[in-house]
Amino acid sequence: MCTLEKRGDIFHLTLTGDDEHRFHPDTITSVLSLLEQAKSQSTKGSVLITTGHGKFFSNGFDLAWAQSAGHGAIERMHQMVKSFKPVLAALLDLPMPTIAALNGHAAASGLMFALSHDYVFMRKDRGVLYMSEVDIGLPVPDYFSALVVAKVGSGIARRELLLSGKKLKGEDAVALGIVDSAAHDSAEGVVEATVSLGQSLAAKKWNGEVYASIRRSLYPELCRMLELTANNLATHNL
Amino acid sequence: MCSLEKRDRLFILKLTGDGEHRLNPNLLDSLRSTINQIRSDPSSSQSVLITTSDGKFFSNGYDLALAESNPSLSVVMDAKLRSLVADLISLPMPTIAAVTGHASAAGCILAMSHDYVLMRRDRGFLYMSELDIELIVPAWFMAVIKGKIGSPAARRDVMLTAAKVTADVGVKMGIVDSAYGSATETVEAAIKLGEEIVQRGGDGHVYGKMRESLLREVLIHTIGEYESGSSVVRSTGSKL
Repeated sequence: MCTLEKRGDIFHLTLTGDDEHRFHPDTITSVLSLLEQAKSQSTKGSVLITTGHGKFFSNGFDLAWAQSAGHGAIERMHQMVKSFKPVLAALLDLPMPTIAALNGHAAASGLMFALSHDYVFMRKDRGVLYMSEVDIGLPVPDYFSALVVAKVGSGIARRELLLSGKKLKGEDAVALGIVDSAAHDSAEGVVEATVSLGQSLAAKKWNGEVYASIRRSLYPELCRMLELTANNLATHNL
Repeated sequence: MCSLEKRDRLFILKLTGDGEHRLNPNLLDSLRSTINQIRSDPSSSQSVLITTSDGKFFSNGYDLALAESNPSLSVVMDAKLRSLVADLISLPMPTIAAVTGHASAAGCILAMSHDYVLMRRDRGFLYMSELDIELIVPAWFMAVIKGKIGSPAARRDVMLTAAKVTADVGVKMGIVDSAYGSATETVEAAIKLGEEIVQRGGDGHVYGKMRESLLREVLIHTIGEYESGSSVVRSTGSKL
């Protein structure tokens, strides 16, 4: 399902297996627990890189699991939406720089998972970003929109991402300012590039608590929605 | 500390001397009282402010050594800079920072609190150093950063990599308006820009009000939700 491995300064969080890495209550619990593990083992200079195996980074929530409950489908959807919030909160709060290395497609909550990282690298040759909700008739949770607004600056880019139902390839995503890079032609290429970035960030040996605090203060509305207190120590820290 | 020169309709405020122009209580008081002087000048609403500095530094931020020796002074410096920035935002005239040296942390915030940022490209950088020196960034600094840097990726680079932003990079990031070959050229360009703005005419009071409304979030964080920058009585000098 997912693994956490430490190599040097870098924690590698990997969504394993050749499936769509959909978020289901069990995956959500696993990812959350691995993020907590990374947090507890973090030191100055720690960095997180998240990637996946196969064609998908993550294709969103496990809608089939929700639908298999018949009348209980809506309840299951609510459950997943609610329990996913702490995953994004954990990423926003992680005391180290975070990098998403997209091996493949990222859709809906899978895309939100990616966007919750400080840096997002995509492949040039394969993989799209897709907010599928508008096509399948699902409303987008408020904290998803807050994340998009926090991370994507241009009105046009926000519209393309949230309202157009477009499948955005790497180069489009870079042009729209949604991801940082789509320069590499394979999953290995992307991972290599993120490791290189990760190592240069690790070399700064930043204090993770300070890093997380500054990150939270960069996204105050999003943090409020995720129930993370933005930095409150306003005046007394010069 | 700081000097004020008037050239026609240009007020040239300079952080003087070869030091780091650390924003200690004295310098902050001096800057505020000079801004007040400018505000109460009869020609103020048809004028332009240019802020620049001597030496290697625009300003290297708060006086941290002072804060360490007397922790209550951090609160004082923070409050005085908030008031100064609110004063700049409500000032009834366009403002230009001619950045001819390093501007770090609070010093960078001060530079960015001007409407135009012109900077030399041969030396010096804008540097939000807090991550490197393990300081937390106050919410009001973030409001300035958010109000002046439009791209989320650029804000991330500035705040979460503690980037040392040289003028040309600053132009690309949308933080700096234009870059020049030397300190002298930067100041000359600021004067030329100031003169062009003066030529355009217009009512500084209206300008000031519009700027306040554009930077409302910053004002909320510096002086509070219900006060208007220009309506708070400032003729008494220090608000603290």
